Amino acid sequence: MKQFVGQNVKRKEDYRLLTGSGRFVADIRIENMVEAAILRSPYAHARIKNIDLSEAKHYKGVLDVIVAADLKGNVKPFTEFVEFTFPPQLEADIKPTIKKNPEPMLAEDKVTFVGQAVAIVLAEDRYVAEDALALIKVDYEPLPVVTDPYETIKEDALVIHPELGNNIQSHFEVKVGDIDHAFRQANHILKTRIKTPRVSGNPLETRGVIAEYQERNQQLEVWSSTQVPFMVRSYLSKLVGLVEGNIRVVAPDVGGGFGPKCAVYPEEIIIPYLAMKYKRPVKWIEDRLEHMQSTRHSRDQVHDVEVAFRNDGTIIGLKDQFLLDNGAHNSFALCCAYNSAAHLRGMYHIPNYEITGRIVLTNKTPNVPYRGAGRPEAVYVMDRIIYMVADKLNLDPVEVSMRNFVRPEQMPYETGIFYRDGANMVLENGDYVKSLQQAMKIAGYEEFRQHQEEARKNNKYIGIGFSSYIEGTGIGPFEGAAVKVDTTGHILVGVGSSPHGQSHETTLSQICADVFGVNPEQVSVRAGDTSLLPYGVGTFASRGAVTAGSAVHGASKQLKEKFLLIAGQMLGVSINDLEMYGGKVSLKNSPSKFVTLQEIAQAAKPGPRCKVPIGIEPGASATYYFVPPTVTFSSGFHVAVVEVDKETGFVGILRYIVVHDCGRVINPKIVDGQIQGGVAQGIGGALYEEIIYDKNGQLVTGTYMDYLIPTAMEVPEVEMGHQEYLSPHNPMGIKGVGEGGAISPPAAIANAVCDAMRPLKIEINSLPISPNKLRSLIEEAESAESVLN
Amino acid sequence: MSNYTVKIKVNGKVIDKEIESRWLLSDFLRDKLGLTGTHVGCEHGVCGACTVLLNGEPVRSCLMLAVQADGLEVETVESLAEEDGTFHPIQQAFANNHALQCGFCTPGFLMSMKNFIETHPVLPTDEEIREAISGNLCRCTGYSNIIKAVKEAYALKC
Repeated sequence: MKQFVGQNVKRKEDYRLLTGSGRFVADIRIENMVEAAILRSPYAHARIKNIDLSEAKHYKGVLDVIVAADLKGNVKPFTEFVEFTFPPQLEADIKPTIKKNPEPMLAEDKVTFVGQAVAIVLAEDRYVAEDALALIKVDYEPLPVVTDPYETIKEDALVIHPELGNNIQSHFEVKVGDIDHAFRQANHILKTRIKTPRVSGNPLETRGVIAEYQERNQQLEVWSSTQVPFMVRSYLSKLVGLVEGNIRVVAPDVGGGFGPKCAVYPEEIIIPYLAMKYKRPVKWIEDRLEHMQSTRHSRDQVHDVEVAFRNDGTIIGLKDQFLLDNGAHNSFALCCAYNSAAHLRGMYHIPNYEITGRIVLTNKTPNVPYRGAGRPEAVYVMDRIIYMVADKLNLDPVEVSMRNFVRPEQMPYETGIFYRDGANMVLENGDYVKSLQQAMKIAGYEEFRQHQEEARKNNKYIGIGFSSYIEGTGIGPFEGAAVKVDTTGHILVGVGSSPHGQSHETTLSQICADVFGVNPEQVSVRAGDTSLLPYGVGTFASRGAVTAGSAVHGASKQLKEKFLLIAGQMLGVSINDLEMYGGKVSLKNSPSKFVTLQEIAQAAKPGPRCKVPIGIEPGASATYYFVPPTVTFSSGFHVAVVEVDKETGFVGILRYIVVHDCGRVINPKIVDGQIQGGVAQGIGGALYEEIIYDKNGQLVTGTYMDYLIPTAMEVPEVEMGHQEYLSPHNPMGIKGVGEGGAISPPAAIANAVCDAMRPLKIEINSLPISPNKLRSLIEEAESAESVLN
Repeated sequence: MSNYTVKIKVNGKVIDKEIESRWLLSDFLRDKLGLTGTHVGCEHGVCGACTVLLNGEPVRSCLMLAVQADGLEVETVESLAEEDGTFHPIQQAFANNHALQCGFCTPGFLMSMKNFIETHPVLPTDEEIREAISGNLCRCTGYSNIIKAVKEAYALKC
């Protein structure tokens, strides 16, 4: 029987998206709709003394202007996303301090970051709404501003939220082994500071919300460009005090997410509330300038790391104290920070490990997870260390890596800590040695070294850098799928995971089709709609294929079993004599005797013609929730080959290689697409992208002219090698793949640039590697060299 | 606000409509004509998602006013496929090569490439294709499949 899992089945999503008939939030228009525009704070920190709305409210075409006072008593502020808080055993282990850090829906008496929403205008169209924004007069009293994570933790720093006591919002420690002993035993100790800057996920579709309230049945319909419609529904219900069952949240076609759309935003609560209050559909579409300011940023970590190692390159201990500058609020508990701590040692067996994380607040836009979520930061630290240890000992970094790997014979490998889901963190399988060898073979490492020497003689600086990652993927708590066969015999699948480019309709139909033995064309997958099934989680953290895939697999199998039972009743035989394929259930030894899926579906209907065995509910549907025991670890190696123009500091990527393991591959082309796209974002983070605030907390990189997203000129075609170690944690052996591509490029490229400049011993411990930064490092190194000479 | 009556041929059909002169062409197409295939990604002319053809030339529809298109001909992504739904070769090539993921930027790429292929009849090099699409941002695909698709579109046209 033909299997579709593992095949390059063409995407079902493409036709509508290629013909302009997709439906994104901004494409939706509803009769009698008003449009919203939002006034945002121009100050990073200021007291709001007065807001004068009189002119704006009387402007022709304006329905109303809303400020914080109008929401009081009706809409509660955010405190935290309970979905991202820790299970009790993990809390008990790391004893974190996490202060509740409520965020107002609209700024009330003060603003704490540029871009914070202050007032909302509702008007007949967006043009009129923006006219009225200009008529709102806010009297601000600017306050001192803190934008530096080290300044904000000083005892005498201004406190952004006085109720928290200081600007340290969270604190935790993770300890494994005996760190002091390791440092006493070491031949060498190396200490450095490594910084990953603040960046922005920047999906090409900005955020947007439309809401319509129907008074006749109290139904509230919300369309939002979100990765997590079920979370939006839940917080809407909690914060506005609504019956959850009366709310339907739909994420229609969503134009990229990458993490920033995984948060629930104030606009997703206020816009529906206003639609109810004014009894008119309300539409708000974020523009790009708003997006740069107010859609959540990410990364922004500084690590002070110390590493203890032996003469042969064996790393025996690692100490790290890091700060995560989360901007003005943190509603994601320790999500990214703990991910960094859990993933920092990566593939390496480092028995003594101590890491302290602090999430600190500054007058910047709040941070949320973004593709990789704390892992690119950790990997950048670890793999710079590998290169620095190699430099110090004059060893090849490949040798240092090989010396420290967790070996296949150590698998499953207990890391000695809990994962974020509360389970013991165990690397279940994989072969990191082989993976690195495979990557180096593709790269032609030996030949490259020879070529590099010759090139240097001609003043051509080429370098090779690698980086490894492991990634806990497919996090729970669960994902759901509902599978049914309608009376025409067509299979309909609804899932709780909500796509934004990941191709759920294609890959999940492949999984379902294989269980029923039909063609994926006979299966329609729907997602991004809370009306599809009672519970759902969402698409983030490389979890879609693992969790939704396993849920679809489970639900399909349940329904198949039920259909076999019904067919047995219809044909008067035991189910052991039956098999299902090609849209039919037939007798094993007499294939001409069969019933079709359509006939079985019709026989599943309640009533006198029902053939469902007694004791089983009628109906042709099954719902299944997959609850993963824990995450599953994907892994990979990235190799960057770069050329540095020493005169300009410009870095060009000559080759980029990825060898990765994501367990069972459902659709190779889609997996490759995820990797290639992830690498492109990682290249952005390595070379171009940085959210910059000046000392007054003004956003300097507020447009696409200053915030540089890689174009086709900057992204090479990634050369790929695949490994397929099936995960034991789900029935199909899937591991997640969405984020891996974005995790390693900063480390691989920084290492490659350092390698190219090795004669100058440059250390690139902050990103992005902009030409001016690299030129300064080259100049410093050259002047130090000339002093020495 | 001053109003103005425009006569624009959009996807082969003459539109005669009174609009506020400040309306952007992108908003006019999307909100007044319901042609929502043209997407607005940045509204400052960098991302290219809103690219349409104006008298056959690619333009950023977010950077011009609808009144500036008065008397001219506009083509949007909705005009590419045949009436029976058959893909234009460039659409087919994008589908064959997994050259789109979320699909938000795709209409801009398609319109840019329609013009590029028509004006560059000889199969270009990869570098030339990279240059040609460098005015369109894609955050999902990492571009390599788009480059493959453009090459295949040349083959499909023959």
